[in-house]
Amino acid sequence: MKSVIVEDIAKKYGNVEALRTVSLEVEEGEIFGIIGPDGAGKTTLFRILATLILADKGKASVAGLDVVYKYREIRRCIGYMPGRFSIYQDMTVQENLVFFATLFNTTIEENYHLVKDIYIQIEPFRKRRAGALSGGMKQKLALCCALIHKPKVLFLDEPTTGVDPVSRKELWVMLQRLKQQNITILVSTPYMDEATLCDRIALIKDGMFMKIDSPAGIIASYSEILWAVKGNNMPQLLKNLREHKSIRSSFAFGDVHHITVDEGFSVEELTEYLAGKGNTDIRIYPIKSNIEDCYMQLAKS
Amino acid sequence: MSEKDFNSREIVIHVDRLTKRFGAFIAVDCISFDVEKGEIFGFLGANGAGKTTAMRMLCGLSKPTSGKASVAGFDIAKETEKIKKNIGYMSQKFSLYEDLKVWENIRLFGGIYGMKKNEITSKTEQLLHTLGLADERNMLVKSLPLGWKQKLAFSVSIFHEPKIVFLDEPTGGVDPATRRQFWELIYEASERGITIFVTTHYMDEAEYCNRVSIMVDGKIKALDTPSNLKHQFDVANMDEVFSGLARTAKRSNE
Repeated sequence: MKSVIVEDIAKKYGNVEALRTVSLEVEEGEIFGIIGPDGAGKTTLFRILATLILADKGKASVAGLDVVYKYREIRRCIGYMPGRFSIYQDMTVQENLVFFATLFNTTIEENYHLVKDIYIQIEPFRKRRAGALSGGMKQKLALCCALIHKPKVLFLDEPTTGVDPVSRKELWVMLQRLKQQNITILVSTPYMDEATLCDRIALIKDGMFMKIDSPAGIIASYSEILWAVKGNNMPQLLKNLREHKSIRSSFAFGDVHHITVDEGFSVEELTEYLAGKGNTDIRIYPIKSNIEDCYMQLAKS
Repeated sequence: MSEKDFNSREIVIHVDRLTKRFGAFIAVDCISFDVEKGEIFGFLGANGAGKTTAMRMLCGLSKPTSGKASVAGFDIAKETEKIKKNIGYMSQKFSLYEDLKVWENIRLFGGIYGMKKNEITSKTEQLLHTLGLADERNMLVKSLPLGWKQKLAFSVSIFHEPKIVFLDEPTGGVDPATRRQFWELIYEASERGITIFVTTHYMDEAEYCNRVSIMVDGKIKALDTPSNLKHQFDVANMDEVFSGLARTAKRSNE
C-alpha cells in the first residue's frame, strides 16, 4: 500500500502560488525527502497532509485515508513535527512526553521501545523545562513526542534547520532506525547533503517538483559535463572562470569550484588561460555531480 | 582558500581571555584570538558551544564576566555605543522590517547609523542598481523571495561602511545558487577592507573563510586556515574537522 498519495494538489495564499499542481507517492516504510529552499512550498504540503489546511484543488491520502474526509482518523495515526513549534516550552521534558502520550490515549510505557534510543539521550534533563534545552535537545524531545503514539506515517518538517552538522547526523541515524520499525517518513530539508540519506527525494522549487527519483537516479540523470578547478586564489579564479567562453557556469563548492563546460572543452587551454591571468597551483579534474549540482542545473532550466 | 596578504596587520578584533558565566555555568571559557582587517573569519561550533554568547559580547550587547576584548578599537565593556556605530549585524532571523518598502529599509538603517541624507540617497541608487533591485524599490520587504531578502539584508548591514560586520547564519535555508551569490557579496566587502565575522552550519562555507575557529564547550579548540586545519587533523574536508572536534564535547546542553 502507498503510505502517502498526493494527486495534483495546488494551494494559493492570495496571489502567491505556494503549490502549483504537485503529485507524489510514498511507499510504506520509505524515507522520502522534500528538498528545497525556504519558501519553496514544503511546509504548505506538510500542512495539507497533516490535515491542518485544505488544498485548493487535487486529492491526497495518508495511510489510505483521504485528507479531507478522513481527517480525524489521519490525525490519530500520524506523527507531525512542524519546523517551529511542537513542544511546550514551559513544561518539563517529561511533562511534554506524558502530555503527548495522554492526548493519544496511550502511555510512555506502552511505546517506550520506539522512543528509547532517543529518549535516553535527553532523560538526564527530564526535569528541565523544554524551553531551557539546547536546539539539538529540543529536536530530540519533539521527535519523541511525535513518535510516542506509534504513528504509521511521520511528517518531519525541517527537523535539522539551524541544527549543527553533528546533531544533524545523529538525527539521521535515528530516522534510519525508525525506518527499520516500518514507519514511513516524509521529511523536508533545505540541506542538499541530506538528500542522499533518503530512499527517494523530490526537488522542490517555487511550488513545483523539478524531479522525483532516488538520489542516485537524480545524480545519474545529470546531463552536464562537470569539472572541478582549484588554484591559489579562489575568488580571483572564480572571476576568471566566469569570463571564459567555453564555460557555461562556475560556482564555489567548498575548497573547489565546479564548472560546467561545452563539448570541445580542453584542460590544456583552460590551464594556460588561467595561468595567463596570474593563477598558480592550478588543478583541473573531472568530477561526479552531487545533489546540489543537480538542483542548480534543474533550477536554471 | 587563498592566503591573504596581511602585511598591513591591522587588528580590528582583539579578544583576550574573554569569559562569560551564567551562575555556575561557563558559557564562554577564557577565549583569546585576533582578527585582522578585511579578513573573513569563520566562527564555528555546535549548538550550545557558546558562539552566540561570545558574539553578543563582541557586539556590545552583553558584558563579559572577566577578560577583555576590543572591537574596531573600542572596549566591549565600556564603549558599547561606539562599537554599535562601527559594526554591522545581520542574522538569519531578523534584519529587515518586513512591512517597510525596500528603499524605506535602506533609509531607516542609514539614518540609524547617522548617515547624511544626500549620502543615503545617492548610495541607495547605487545599491539598488548593484543588487538588480531597482524595479523592486517600492515593494514591501515581506514580498521579496528569501534569497533577495538575505542579499538586501547583508547590503543594508554594511551600508554605513562599518569596519566589521557580524553575520549569524546568514545563509540558512537559502537556495544553492543564491547562497553562493551571497558569498560573492561577502568577498567583495572583504576586498573593500570590511572584516567579516561569520557563523554557519554549512561546512562548505567554512572553506570560504580565510581562517576558521571552532568552539567546543565554551573554549576555542582549533583556529587556523581551512587548509591548515585539514592538514592538522589529517582529514579531507572541514566537515570532518568539525565533526571530530564537536564529538569531544562533554556538555550536551546550554
